[in-house]
Amino acid sequence: MITTKDLTKVYRSRGREVTALDGVDLHVREGEVYGVVGTSGAGKSTLIRCVNMLERPTSGSIVVDGLDLTTLPGQEHRAGRDLRTARRRIGMVFQHFNLLSSRTVQQNIELPLEIVGLDRTQRRRKAAELLDLVGLADKARSYPGQLSGGQKQRVGIARALAGDPKVLLSDEATSALDPETTRSILALLRDLNRQLGLTVLLITHEMDVIKSVCDSAALMRGGKVVESGELTELLATENSELARELFPLGEFGHGRPGNTVLEITFQGDTSAQPFVSQLARTYQIDINILGAAVEHISGRMVGRMRVELPGVHQENVVPIGFLREQGLQVDVLNEANGALA
Amino acid sequence: MTWDQMQELLWPATAETFQMVGVATVATILLGLPLGLLLVLTDKGGALQNLPVNRVIGAVVNIGRSLPFIILMVALQTFTKSLVGTTIGWQAAAVPLTIGAIPFFARLVETSVREVDGGLLEAVHAMGGGTWTAIRKVLLPESLPALVSSATTTVIALIGFSAMAGTVGGGGLGTLAVNYGYQRFETTFMWVIVAELVVIVMIIQLISDFIVRRLADRGSFGGTTRLLRSRRTEITEEEEELALPH
Ligand SMILES: Nc1ncnc2c1ncn2[C@@H]1O[C@H](COP(=O)(O)OP(=O)(O)O)[C@@H](O)[C@H]1O
Ligand SMILES: [Mg+2]
Repeated sequence: MITTKDLTKVYRSRGREVTALDGVDLHVREGEVYGVVGTSGAGKSTLIRCVNMLERPTSGSIVVDGLDLTTLPGQEHRAGRDLRTARRRIGMVFQHFNLLSSRTVQQNIELPLEIVGLDRTQRRRKAAELLDLVGLADKARSYPGQLSGGQKQRVGIARALAGDPKVLLSDEATSALDPETTRSILALLRDLNRQLGLTVLLITHEMDVIKSVCDSAALMRGGKVVESGELTELLATENSELARELFPLGEFGHGRPGNTVLEITFQGDTSAQPFVSQLARTYQIDINILGAAVEHISGRMVGRMRVELPGVHQENVVPIGFLREQGLQVDVLNEANGALA
Repeated sequence: MTWDQMQELLWPATAETFQMVGVATVATILLGLPLGLLLVLTDKGGALQNLPVNRVIGAVVNIGRSLPFIILMVALQTFTKSLVGTTIGWQAAAVPLTIGAIPFFARLVETSVREVDGGLLEAVHAMGGGTWTAIRKVLLPESLPALVSSATTTVIALIGFSAMAGTVGGGGLGTLAVNYGYQRFETTFMWVIVAELVVIVMIIQLISDFIVRRLADRGSFGGTTRLLRSRRTEITEEEEELALPH
């Protein structure tokens, strides 16, 4: 649905150059919720602004729903007619909502419809439908200034959906909201994704957002995508940074020097197997459980456990092989310091 | 001079002042508003970015603002004569008043429009809106309270300048004050005129404050008042409600 190829964006200001995007390849499939995560300044906003050409990339291509946007003339506020038409099919929600304070909620939602040229009756009907969809039917006549942050973002989402887009872009849509409101907005995005088959590309700096709604994720650093894929795949990938971030066990103990510390990740049915006791029985070793956690990640049960085996890595090659044979993912941490081996 | 005599002179002069200021205000808004918008739009990062044009407009506006009004009146005499056919009376005074007020108002418009959150423009562009949509649907409505304040400041300045124009044959309350207060030593009458001007300015300011407050209120409380908004919409909505079966 969204494919970027070798996307590069270099900002030039007063002789200085900032490479905000450095060869980004992203592939968002139709109907999925795709999250891009990274620290501030990683280039996330630049990336998402390139997807609807609010920012024209320095090089590379962006194909949305089969249309290569980089071939359309114009950028940001000087977009040509074709680009403007293409943008109507890409919804966008913003961190600070960007609602017009001079318009009521209903009038805000009608704005994109006015741009398309729908008549009053059609606009009203569509706005009423959308307000229903986001659960704000009773707020049609309120002004944005009278709403809470969560309600404002619901209006922002309704407005973004007015043009029946196939793609919804969200730049830190929940970053200005408290945790509870964040949860409800994320749930709404998830519902819309399922009900309408909407493809969602969202940007966030919070792992929790990725964990609760995304099917796939990409980790950005210094303008590059350093890791990307489906969450379930990432969790099954050894030494995946994203998986580690999604599922941190950092607060657990790191074991004693001279021993081997393993992080075992199990998904779905493997979680039913009593592998710890099997391991202990088969190899006659004492296993020390340092910590364990089970979570739901993109709708699946995922567990992670940190265990300590006596002896250094070389002495434990066989038990580790046994665990891997059981379909478990095993990461070996360096003895004593908890860093990856 | 009796109160009746004063009244006989006051009302026609007041009417002249109102006409002079009224015409100048309308013309100033019609010409100054686009100029102010252009100052923003042609600037760096603006939708119509064109720095040479921006510099030229900026320079013209600055020169216009720094010219003393009396000089402008004299300098514009030929232009005024070709436009309205005379150089005396309120019609003639309205011309330099307008020319003098346009740069003043344009700068106020510029400041007001710059206050509009850039995120709103981004939103309207993301929806597929163009420059004209951005001006009509975002820049103007969102800066309306500030624009009303700016227009008020301009009207009040125009009243002051109209009195000055009156001293050199512009008609209105200014002429009256010079003819009677200065040349015939009718001090009381002059203070009556001054008082009237003060009252007019105060009333305009009060009305403006009221409108601005109501417009700004949309953002917080009392969202029921929608002054200066499409009255047609309100009426049809009321009609719809009335038409519901009871
Ligand atoms: N308009 C701009 N002009 C110059 N540099 C910019 C501009 N926008 C972003 N940058 C720079 O590009 C980098 C990436 O920014 P951004 O995409 O906003 O990151 P993120 O959203 O991940 O925090 C930063 O170093 C930022 O300073
Ligand atoms: Mg950002």
